[in-house]
Amino acid sequence: MRIQRRLTTPRWLVVAVPAASLVAAFAAAAIVLVVAGKDPIATYSRLLDRAFLAPGALSGTLVTATPLLFTGLAAAAAFRIRLWNIGGEGQLYLGAVGASGVGLVLHNQPAAVIIAGMIGGGLVAGAAWATIPGLLKAYFNTNEIITSLMLNYVASLVLTYLIFDSRSFWRDLSTFSARAFPQGKPLPDAASWPTVGAGLAVIPFGFFVGVLAASALWLMYRSTIFGFQARVLGDSPPAARYAGIKTRRLVVAMMALSGALAGLGGASEIGDFRHVLDPRGLQQSGFGYSGIVVAALARYNPFAVAVVAFLLGGLANAGYSLQGPDFPAGLVGVLQGMILFFALGGELLLRYRVSFQ
Amino acid sequence: MNVNDSIVVVLVSSAIFYGTPLVFAALGELLAERSGVLNLGVEGMMLMGAVTAFWSVQHLSGPGWLVLLLATLIGGLAALAVSIIHAVLVVGLRANQIVSGLALTIFAGATGLSSYVGNVGKLGGQPAHHEFNALNVLGLADLPVVGPILFHQNALVYASWALVLIAMAYLHRTRTGLHLRAVGESPQTADVMGVNVARYRYAHTLVGGLFAGVGGAYFSLAITPNWIDGMTSGAGWIAIALVIFAFWRPEMTLAGAYLFGLFSSLGFVLQARQVHLPPEVFASLPYLMTVVVLVAVSTGWAKQRLGAPAALGTPYVREER
Repeated sequence: MRIQRRLTTPRWLVVAVPAASLVAAFAAAAIVLVVAGKDPIATYSRLLDRAFLAPGALSGTLVTATPLLFTGLAAAAAFRIRLWNIGGEGQLYLGAVGASGVGLVLHNQPAAVIIAGMIGGGLVAGAAWATIPGLLKAYFNTNEIITSLMLNYVASLVLTYLIFDSRSFWRDLSTFSARAFPQGKPLPDAASWPTVGAGLAVIPFGFFVGVLAASALWLMYRSTIFGFQARVLGDSPPAARYAGIKTRRLVVAMMALSGALAGLGGASEIGDFRHVLDPRGLQQSGFGYSGIVVAALARYNPFAVAVVAFLLGGLANAGYSLQGPDFPAGLVGVLQGMILFFALGGELLLRYRVSFQ
Repeated sequence: MNVNDSIVVVLVSSAIFYGTPLVFAALGELLAERSGVLNLGVEGMMLMGAVTAFWSVQHLSGPGWLVLLLATLIGGLAALAVSIIHAVLVVGLRANQIVSGLALTIFAGATGLSSYVGNVGKLGGQPAHHEFNALNVLGLADLPVVGPILFHQNALVYASWALVLIAMAYLHRTRTGLHLRAVGESPQTADVMGVNVARYRYAHTLVGGLFAGVGGAYFSLAITPNWIDGMTSGAGWIAIALVIFAFWRPEMTLAGAYLFGLFSSLGFVLQARQVHLPPEVFASLPYLMTVVVLVAVSTGWAKQRLGAPAALGTPYVREER
């Protein structure tokens, strides 16, 4: 077997390799299912049914795909320039805190004002949280992988605190049961984001915002000076410094941008879906970590992120609705991990030509 | 009041108790990184160790010490098994080490394979049939001050001390240790010397998995003798940070791990003494301290990447050197 470096990568391979890794991952996960005494074909057909085919499945999949689109974009924006922001999870939590806070403050305003405020609140809170590892990376050269990840745990505790502490603005104390079992204040009806019915599916407003964000990110990398400088920094930090690019500022700005995208995901979770700050629900979903899978499988291309978010959103949606003794939690993570492993292995085929002699 | 009940003695001995899983995991990661392989899958590997070790104590029968020994080994081997995926991807297939490690944590960690195994095996909510208890070594546990700290710990604590000594001797006193350091610093040179770079990287990534699994088993067999999804809650990531604090030196992982053990136990100890603060404040201390210490070591005297293996994170391809 000979392995040679490719000078150019054929276009069809760029699509074929991730697609093949999806198929291979399902085949490999079938082994896990057989070992656990489950029928893989029956499991997968139920999965496909609940994800895309059953009545209402498509709408549920879009609701799950929306936060994944945002966290996928957040990871793609940063990973593309080798800035390893894996704090999408915490930035999403903070985005949810910001958006629900603004939604509660503006409760007697018209819907358009509340929704715009929630988007702004999610964006700013997510960006602010991501700026912490960004500043530490830029000015102290601190490993952003670990700092951004540690802040996920802190963000998770902030979320819990805001619902469990009786002095918290986010906590509902209006009824007896809410005083006994801590829960968030429900947002006003006007804070629910609109939906668009389109034949088989109901599309949440956040999904449109996400597609808009994907286009903006694509344009930023393709045709702005800022995007170009970021790409130079990603390819070669010394080259960026010699070219006079202000690399520290750029690192902070890119982390903030990545965090803002994840924060938008948190805002959309509140506005499109939960309508209340719900720590347990957010913590169990793990959208931030799944966003890493989405971004890597999309090879950091914003439009591919939208497609992959839809596919993995279907997987996650089916995972929630089928969860039970027949379909234990954890299978979705196993599948996601396997997809990523195969996609990573497939990278070899993109970068090298493998021939047998 | 007995001096052994004083807050200092209680804090130090519980810092050692809570820091020990970090010693195992950090030592494993350190060996892998010394060979040039960064493995961000520690959290996932620890959770695999935790769940399989717990499954083993519930299903094996025999004398307690033997069951615990086997369960710890099984936990280590399960983590080793998943670390093979990372090794094949990054050593064999030259994949990006950061993304592959993250994939390993997603695959094996909370809401992944470890959670699947625990849920299929219905392990949640069961008390462990056996657990690691503190030993009374040489009957010295009641000595003032040093008794609870040095002579009243569980067997894995003593095993971790032995392992640190072995790792120190291995790195600096053996030929294989020298080769390992060469592979991590300059794989080209090692290759020219006739050292099989890939074999060293495979072997030490797998040893890293084994140690992480033992660290995970400590959570389900010693700290909270039961199984909860995601029970290591970030210890694997703290272990990766510890390798940086320790400047890639085994003896330094002990100090770092016990510092974090101290922050993990501070909440319990202070709450037991009627210090009232929101529990989230105490719970976030280890994570915040990780950030603070990481900032401290990444500035100033550590500017020249003191101790980091020069080839860390880069694949070695003979044709492209």
